[in-house]
Amino acid sequence: MAGEFAVELRDIVKKFMTPEGSELAAVNHVTMQIKNGEFFSMLGSSGCGKTTSLRLIAGFEWPTEGEVWIEGKSLGHTPPYQRNVNTVFQSYALFQHMTVYQNVAFGLEMEGASKEEISKRVGKALEMVQLTGMDRRHPKQLSGGQQQRVALARALVKVPQVLLLDEPLGALDLKLRKEMQLELKSLQQQLGITFIYVTHDQEEALTMSDRIAVMSHGKVLQMGPAVEIYERPTSRFVADFIGETNFLEGRVKSVKGDQTVVTIPAWKQELTGIATAPVTVGDDVAVSIRPEKIQLVEKPVTKQNTLEGVVVRSTYIGSDTHVYLDVRGETIKVWDQNRVSTVDPSAFYQKGEKVWLTLLPENTLVLPNESV
Amino acid sequence: MSEKKSPIWLRIYSFLAYLFIYIPILILIVFSFNTMKLNIRWEGFTTSWYNVLFRDQDIIQATRNTLIIALISTLVATVVGTLAALAMQRYRFPGYAASETLMYIPIVIPEVVMGISLLVFFVMMNLTLGLFTITLAHIAFNIPFVTLVVRARLHGYDNAIDEAAMDLGADEMQTFWRVTLPTILPGVLSGAMLALTLSLDDYVITYFTAGPGSTTLPLRVFSMVRFMVTPEVNALSTLWVLTVFVILLIGQIIQSRRT
Amino acid sequence: MTITEAAENRKKSSVLKTIRESRVAQGLALIAPANIYLFLLMVLPLLLVVGLSFLSRGEYGNVVFIFNLTNYSRLLDPLYGRILFYSLSVGIGTTVFSILIGYPLAYYIARAPARQRSLLLFLILVPFWTNFIIRTYAWIMILRAGGFLDAVLQWAHITQRSLNLLYTPTAVMIGMIYEFLPFMILPLYSSLEKIENSLLEAAADLGAPPWKVFLRVTLPLSLPGIFAGTILVFIPAMGMFVIPDLLGGAKTILIGNVIRNQFLTARDWPFGAASSMILMILTMVFTLYYTRKAGFSEDLLV
Repeated sequence: MAGEFAVELRDIVKKFMTPEGSELAAVNHVTMQIKNGEFFSMLGSSGCGKTTSLRLIAGFEWPTEGEVWIEGKSLGHTPPYQRNVNTVFQSYALFQHMTVYQNVAFGLEMEGASKEEISKRVGKALEMVQLTGMDRRHPKQLSGGQQQRVALARALVKVPQVLLLDEPLGALDLKLRKEMQLELKSLQQQLGITFIYVTHDQEEALTMSDRIAVMSHGKVLQMGPAVEIYERPTSRFVADFIGETNFLEGRVKSVKGDQTVVTIPAWKQELTGIATAPVTVGDDVAVSIRPEKIQLVEKPVTKQNTLEGVVVRSTYIGSDTHVYLDVRGETIKVWDQNRVSTVDPSAFYQKGEKVWLTLLPENTLVLPNESV
Repeated sequence: MSEKKSPIWLRIYSFLAYLFIYIPILILIVFSFNTMKLNIRWEGFTTSWYNVLFRDQDIIQATRNTLIIALISTLVATVVGTLAALAMQRYRFPGYAASETLMYIPIVIPEVVMGISLLVFFVMMNLTLGLFTITLAHIAFNIPFVTLVVRARLHGYDNAIDEAAMDLGADEMQTFWRVTLPTILPGVLSGAMLALTLSLDDYVITYFTAGPGSTTLPLRVFSMVRFMVTPEVNALSTLWVLTVFVILLIGQIIQSRRT
Repeated sequence: MTITEAAENRKKSSVLKTIRESRVAQGLALIAPANIYLFLLMVLPLLLVVGLSFLSRGEYGNVVFIFNLTNYSRLLDPLYGRILFYSLSVGIGTTVFSILIGYPLAYYIARAPARQRSLLLFLILVPFWTNFIIRTYAWIMILRAGGFLDAVLQWAHITQRSLNLLYTPTAVMIGMIYEFLPFMILPLYSSLEKIENSLLEAAADLGAPPWKVFLRVTLPLSLPGIFAGTILVFIPAMGMFVIPDLLGGAKTILIGNVIRNQFLTARDWPFGAASSMILMILTMVFTLYYTRKAGFSEDLLV
């Protein structure tokens, strides 16, 4: 029975006892609504509460306060084997004493499926993860990537409504990880199952997800599609956590429609930008400018948001050049795209060179300066 | 440590050390075939002492007793010890530290003290000393060793596999029987083997908790060694060494098969 | 179903439910059998012994239930002081010698090629698992007057008469070392084997010659093994009475023998209990001091 939401966390609080005896809220009043069929990621550094939230959905933890709704039913205090939700574990958690086939078949055995049905479904599951023919091997004999696929097949063979993935790609090397990211995404789209993915790797989250929830210290800071998270972060933390950015301290001078003017004390200059969260005149704010959004020009064409700086360091990355500028005492980093192919060293910015930078107001984000 | 060729003096030393360890045993075995009773001088080759051994009713009875006690005490201790190991590695409960101390007492107590305390206990409880009391005593000292071994094996246990089983639909009992137990089985068997050996071998504690007519093999061996020294003892010793050798060999083969 | 049956059912299922929901209840349920059993058959008997040590032996061998300290004052007699001292020296001697003799062997095995290693360990385990009375008997055969050792030495014309080694403290030491050597070798091997090769290479890389690598890196890192082995050797050695009995005869008496005699020959149980208490206290002091210093580790077990 499909509602709009596959999973809902309603004002969840989960408290743990620390070894010293005090209480710690790993999840602190979190509300999330995850839509049917979407690829949803929870992103944050370790200790932010993303894994605990996942475990609350799986059933390995029960909420101290609040409700967990799965498929329209409040299942917060139901054991995991009674929830139609399956997990792919970070350590894969394969049963070492069973073969690949037996591992994948396990969940079906628990359902009481017939031998023929199990054989058929296991075969299809292994095919789906490209492990046909491996069914008689033991996990020990498989590579990390292969073990990960077995874990995936084992969870998917049960055709759950929701698949939970707890940092499944962490142990793989870079190339394999990128391959698996694409595979997982295409698999999800193929099957139409809701994927809830936990990771600390923001690139991973941005690549794969329909929507992302950025978490820190047990709270959800911002939730939305990747584009929104990246281009319109609503807090300093989120702007800092995702991608690279330059921060400047400022004070709001005026607010007119969607244009916010901020005074930068360090420069004694004003910048015009847009506020991603409500601010009022006089507020202390952080101005966030992403390095790839800054234009470097020989001669300024406008006065708004334009400053002069001196090149301190320039690093050639290949597709871009990372230029570090000293702008009136503040270090500003600029990712300048290498649009023209050349090997002429003078075509690249040299140390000591003077250069003008200019910013569009849409690229100048004004964020509330609260610490999380 | 990696493999490195040891200096010559170390190799000679090790060889001599092994010699020191094995010569007494070899002498024992060789002289079990001696015709002369006072087995100092080699008289002639005979297997007659083995015949005496096999017809010795006391020995047969003692062997039977030893095996029964060993099997029962191993069984009980393995079950109780495994449960305790699971409790201590996975749970926190009030009295944890006390339980841990309790568990380690039999390991650090001298056997004499444990032996006499059990003797005092049994007498005060008005229990007749016999196979029953011996078995109770063996279970008592076996439990901590089983627990220790199983705990050591549980150290690297990935709890996620239990969660995975429940995630896939197995309830707590199914998870235990189908996933937890098979995974820790090598450790449990190790512990059981240790318990079995400790029980088969035990002299001191058995000495204090045995009664008339309930003798075990180690007790019998002791009185044979102390009081009537005939090569029959050698024969018994030889058989014992060979049995141990065979069992260990089988164990080694099984282990190397696994890997 | 009657009302009482239904109530019983409900009670049973709520007990199970509590166990299912609460991890604390689960833990307690699992450890209960072990705790109960060990309390009854370990703690209780020991408490009885403590109590017994403060009582006296009656005329007919029974126990007189009057609290007194005569047993302990008896133990202050220099005779027992000597016995105690002798037991300590046997314990310490056995431990020290098994470290000295066993360490090089453990070191050799730890450095042997992997295939040889299991064979070498196997060879140590075979006598280890053999009954210790049998192994002690072998030494009786060797050390007695006219025994194997005498026969060989006389045949080689090294000695004329018997060395008469049996029933001397030397014989007891030999027997004790022989018995406890594997208990020292195995933990030593275990901790030596765990030493990461990269540490030794790093030391060499920084300029240390092999003997310095051993002294400054290997030896300190094998300390857990030495500690574990010491616990496995010293404590049982202190309480040992069988080997002194067989190899030392009536002349060599340790605490263990005293305790045994009190319980089985002299039938002075309270005094035996008091002697046991002394042994216990010594052992506990040693264990406490040692485990605090070393940290009780689980690589006791091979």
